[in-house]
Amino acid sequence: MATRKILGAALAAFAFAAPACAWAQVRIAYIDPLSGAMGATGEHGLRELEFAIEAINAKGGVLGQKMAVVPMDNKLSSQESLNLLKSAIDQGIRYVSQGNGSAVAGALIDAINKHNERNPDQAVVYLNYAAVDPDFTNDKCSFWHFRFDANTDMKMAALTDYLKDQKKVSKVYLLNQDYSHGHQVSKVAKAMLAEKRPDVKVVGDELHPLARVKDFAPYIAKIQASGADTVITGNWGTDLSLLVKAAKDANLKADFYTYYGGTVGVPPAMGDAGIDRVKVVSYWSSNSMNAAGQVVQDAYRKKYGADQDPYSQSIRISAEFLVRAMEKAKTTNPVAVAKAMEGMKVDGPFGEITMRAEDHQLIQPMFIATFVKAGGPLKYSADGTKEYAFRADARVEAAAAARPTTCKMKRP
Amino acid sequence: MELFLTSLLNGVTYGLLLFMLSSGLTLIFSMMGVLNFAHASFYMLGAYFGYVISTHVGFVPALLIAPLVVGAIGALIERYGVRRAHASGHVAELLFTFGLAFLIEEVVHLVWGKSPVPYKVPAALDGPLFTVFAATFPTYKAFMMAVSVGMLIALYAVLTRTRVGLVIQAALSRPDMVEALGHDVPKLFMLVFGGGVALAALAGVIGGNAFVTEPGMAAAVGTIVFVVVVVGGLGSLMGAFVASLAIGILQTFAIAIDWKVPGFERLTVSQTAPVLPYLIMVLILIARPRGLMGTRET
Repeated sequence: MATRKILGAALAAFAFAAPACAWAQVRIAYIDPLSGAMGATGEHGLRELEFAIEAINAKGGVLGQKMAVVPMDNKLSSQESLNLLKSAIDQGIRYVSQGNGSAVAGALIDAINKHNERNPDQAVVYLNYAAVDPDFTNDKCSFWHFRFDANTDMKMAALTDYLKDQKKVSKVYLLNQDYSHGHQVSKVAKAMLAEKRPDVKVVGDELHPLARVKDFAPYIAKIQASGADTVITGNWGTDLSLLVKAAKDANLKADFYTYYGGTVGVPPAMGDAGIDRVKVVSYWSSNSMNAAGQVVQDAYRKKYGADQDPYSQSIRISAEFLVRAMEKAKTTNPVAVAKAMEGMKVDGPFGEITMRAEDHQLIQPMFIATFVKAGGPLKYSADGTKEYAFRADARVEAAAAARPTTCKMKRP
Repeated sequence: MELFLTSLLNGVTYGLLLFMLSSGLTLIFSMMGVLNFAHASFYMLGAYFGYVISTHVGFVPALLIAPLVVGAIGALIERYGVRRAHASGHVAELLFTFGLAFLIEEVVHLVWGKSPVPYKVPAALDGPLFTVFAATFPTYKAFMMAVSVGMLIALYAVLTRTRVGLVIQAALSRPDMVEALGHDVPKLFMLVFGGGVALAALAGVIGGNAFVTEPGMAAAVGTIVFVVVVVGGLGSLMGAFVASLAIGILQTFAIAIDWKVPGFERLTVSQTAPVLPYLIMVLILIARPRGLMGTRET
């Protein structure tokens, strides 16, 4: 009698459990550093992606399926990333998200191209949220790659358009990381400065090891000795927070024009020394968004803390594009989804955003913002701080932010 | 001239920091012959403990408490781990401390997460101390330099002017005889290991807020401390000091030089700066295995 009751309960439990299996999953592999010097940067991106996915699942998921993020720590290594990609593919994952490190991105694009060519029925799509090497949407463009950040050409164009009108700029020092991203920033900066401000001298062009410099004091000494009044850098992660910290310690008077001045670790490192002197070019400007954008930002800050800035809009928007493409294509099949994503338009927090069909580069508004004291109209503070914020000084509309492409894409 | 003096100042500062980091390893690796691969991990633990203690109690108490706590942890690790591995030879010691480094990093991940913690320089020591041309020199760096020199003096005094120090040095070359004379050599080694670890932790308390306190900080400095000890020579505290300064100054000046190497037009001396210490180590091992002031070969 007791046995029959237990057995009955067990069967009932199984019966109740059964419907849970109906929730099939769309999984996204997140391949980025989650440990080491740049671990914090990767962790931030992961958090924002999970935040976006949670919001999607809360509304029922996509095509009756839940979405899930599978975090994979690549330790900022291309080789490790390729191993993880293979592991993701073996697990049946068909969507990859990555952004930190153009060297890693290049390796992933190459590997995914090869894999998709050999295994067309197991195609993988790569959502790039922060690797900004222009080649990925120009000579090395791929049908399987979609970039949701502005590329270096776009960022530097916006930055130099702004810098063109800054009369006090006369000597510029370029300081970048010694790898593909840093090389691109340096090259494009010199080209655009020569074009827009031939009177400006480039008094230094320095490359330092990626994620390995502990003390930037020697580099700051060189900048001071050069007499530069402006530093342009594409540094990110601890390479930027340590750089601005050393600049502050040495009382370097130059202004900083950065790509990533608002990212994790940097605003607290700058402190008062950064006020009115550090500028950032970004698709993100937390105090410039429309009402819908503010709702999302408020939800994020409520969940993670009032001083946490959801600056990786690119990764949140990549999730939204993915979902809409799946709904449009009425399938989660990567080939159909990729085709649906081409040319797709979405209303973003700063206006309409378009995934340009010809090269898979997202076209969106951009901002030049300056680090200042928070308060007044600057309701949202800079990441990791309560007393500082970024004030948007210039806005570049989406159409103006777009740059021509040399992409001649080969489509399946 | 401006760049020269500023670079010299930066070089000495960096060199003294290297000494702070490597003085503990000099004790352990030089005196005991233990290849403590986890040395930099104790530096990291010191930084995190320094952060926690200074947040609750203050920076000055952290300077005392964190090294003591981490040193005690180090002593326990020697007592129940290294000592057993030692009986199996150098390879076992190496692998034990190698695994220990990963273990410590993972524990730090679990306790404090992967992001940097907001470990700030204390307000009393924040700000410029003096100016060299256009550059200000931070008060805190001067503090770091003072502590580093203090470490050297204190270590030298202990090793050469106290009974404990003399016994330690004697135990290095004739452990059996020292034991026969009635000294507890295993306990002595435990104290040396704990002391070396405490020195690393002290460097962590001081270096953690000057740079960044995050789980990757151990890996960032892990290898350079071995270079210092090897170049300086085993068994020589003064050697470690001289090697630290030499490497710090050389590396800093290399960064200051933008001269392109003939035949490698894309490469400047500045870009080779990070690898120079290792080049020096290789050359030292080839030409002078005892290092600058070593008393025995590596």
